[in-house]
Amino acid sequence: MTTATATGATYQRVVRSLGTGAPVYALLAVLLVLLAVTDIGFYEPDRFLAFVKRAAPLVILAAGQYLVIVCGEFDLSVGAIVTAGVVAAAEVYGSFPGAPWLLITAGLLLAGALAGLLNGLITTWLRVPSFITTLGMMLILEGAVFYWTGGSPHGQLPQDFRQLGRGTALGWLPWAVVACLAAGALAVLLMRSDFGRTLVATGDSERTAALSGVRVHRARVIAFVLSGVAAALAAVLVGGFSGVSAQAGRGYEFEAITAVVLGGVVLGGGRGSVVAAMAGAFSLQALFTLLNLRGVSGALESTVQGVIVIAAVGIGAADWSRLRRRRTHSSGGTPT
Amino acid sequence: MTGTAVAPPPTVKPSVRHHRSRLADPAVGIWLAAAAVTALGWIVVAARGGDFLTLANIVGILQNCVALGLVAVGQTAVILTGSLDLSVAYLISLGTLVAATTMEDGGVVTAVLAVLALSAAVGLANGLIVTGLKVNAFIATLGTAFILRGWIEDNYTGPAGKVTVSFQHLGYDRIGPFPVSLFLLLAVAAALWLITRRTRFGHHLYATGGDEHAARLSGVRTRRTVVAAHVLCSLCVGAAALFLAARLGSGAPWAGTEARYDLESIAAVVLGGTALAGGRGGVVGTLGGVLVLAVLDSVFNQLGVDPFFKNVVRGVVIIAAVALYARRGSRRPT
Repeated sequence: MTTATATGATYQRVVRSLGTGAPVYALLAVLLVLLAVTDIGFYEPDRFLAFVKRAAPLVILAAGQYLVIVCGEFDLSVGAIVTAGVVAAAEVYGSFPGAPWLLITAGLLLAGALAGLLNGLITTWLRVPSFITTLGMMLILEGAVFYWTGGSPHGQLPQDFRQLGRGTALGWLPWAVVACLAAGALAVLLMRSDFGRTLVATGDSERTAALSGVRVHRARVIAFVLSGVAAALAAVLVGGFSGVSAQAGRGYEFEAITAVVLGGVVLGGGRGSVVAAMAGAFSLQALFTLLNLRGVSGALESTVQGVIVIAAVGIGAADWSRLRRRRTHSSGGTPT
Repeated sequence: MTGTAVAPPPTVKPSVRHHRSRLADPAVGIWLAAAAVTALGWIVVAARGGDFLTLANIVGILQNCVALGLVAVGQTAVILTGSLDLSVAYLISLGTLVAATTMEDGGVVTAVLAVLALSAAVGLANGLIVTGLKVNAFIATLGTAFILRGWIEDNYTGPAGKVTVSFQHLGYDRIGPFPVSLFLLLAVAAALWLITRRTRFGHHLYATGGDEHAARLSGVRTRRTVVAAHVLCSLCVGAAALFLAARLGSGAPWAGTEARYDLESIAAVVLGGTALAGGRGGVVGTLGGVLVLAVLDSVFNQLGVDPFFKNVVRGVVIIAAVALYARRGSRRPT
């Protein structure tokens, strides 16, 4: 990085503009360079777009998860929402083979919003910790979907529904990339709006936010709803390129949270940017791709992933706590 | 709450406080709930012409408590400090594999020591990553889980090793009507209860979870406390792995993940009234939480409820129970 030689003031400015996401941008850059070195053809448009396409569901999930995490909560139910969405779509198509894809997609997004709404209301009104709320929602959704399908999801998704996940616009631009860009842009716009600031303020200090007139409950509920919608959108993409499976969304919740935290967003809320969170998702996907290309056995993949996640977050935590201490002398943060 | 490190404020009359703490103590509530669920299950099963409270059934329920109970008791220690452990599921799987493969070549004692050493090492690593590297416990233990998963998937493709017959007694033998393994759980739980409630270290656990900053300022070595809690938790998980190995007769890569011991144990702990943020709760409540889950499971089995529907009800019960605590907690002046 060029900041090594820069003066203190420039250094501070660069750091501030990058926010707490600096480590993840560095990590992403390193991974992308390594990918280029490992595989000469990686940056050919087709290959690179295919990479972005594969990353799209995780990026969308990370954007949704960011909204929830930055206001101080967790959403563990997104993986189950993805699974439930894919299986439910297949089941509906089994009963109504001719259903228009737009209707089904809209229905899924609405269902995702509903699940998010429930998460939000239970967390804010009933004051159940979101870890437990969304864990319960995960059990409920997975149980319900399998109960409905009798244990083994069957049915098929028709071509036009899968278009969003596997098709291309204009013959070269995958729809998944378009969806990813759109969701990313929406997330950035949202975080720059008043609502975004409200959300960060809520996560930073609920009491201060409430005293300044923020309806903290409403902000949190909306964050959960948006996370649910993001998960449903991810379900449409996942259903598009990998088809119907009971494992469709398994593990996505942890990957999304990992991506967000990798992006320097602090669990507990109030700090971090949505772009960095999405960069975290890209980093994870780049890491998986790199490990694949390097011929690391699938088994060891998760070990490397674990080490890198711990290391990246550890490095991030070490640097930024020192910086923060320099700026404000005592900030006795408590762990989650 | 009685017995925590924090002394009651002097303005509150002790008798009033004592009375209120008994009623508001979630540990009492969850055992009452366990009794209620049992009674309800008995009525429902009886209405269908079955008999719920047979000796065989009760023994079965208790036996089903053991593995989750051991993990949840360990998880309690970690959660009390405000941390948590998501690596337990893969640690169980690895523990059963190490136990079974070691037992094949060496003796039982070597195997037990190997599993406990492995567990202690993983717990130590978790604790040091959380306190030393300042990685959030959620991510730190998730990372450890991934590392363990890679280790398992790289070295084992399926069930491996064989558990000696003498060690399988732990899984199947009974003393009178009670399974031996239940005594293992009770011993571990009693030990942890003594540690949390009757030792200085235990009070440090509560103090660290209650307010880490204040605890540190009062001279508690909070980092050391968190590390020790992680080691304790992993040792309990090691015990669970030994029990499951004895039960299964060999090591299994899916032993811990299939039953989702990571999330289930956290659910049981929270069901038992321990605050996820740390500082409140205890082992007694956790055992109650485990019992409620086991009784529910048994009732559903007796009624022949669809196994997937069980998950739905389980999710609803967990959310509802915790919502009840939150509601009751809010009425108390704080």
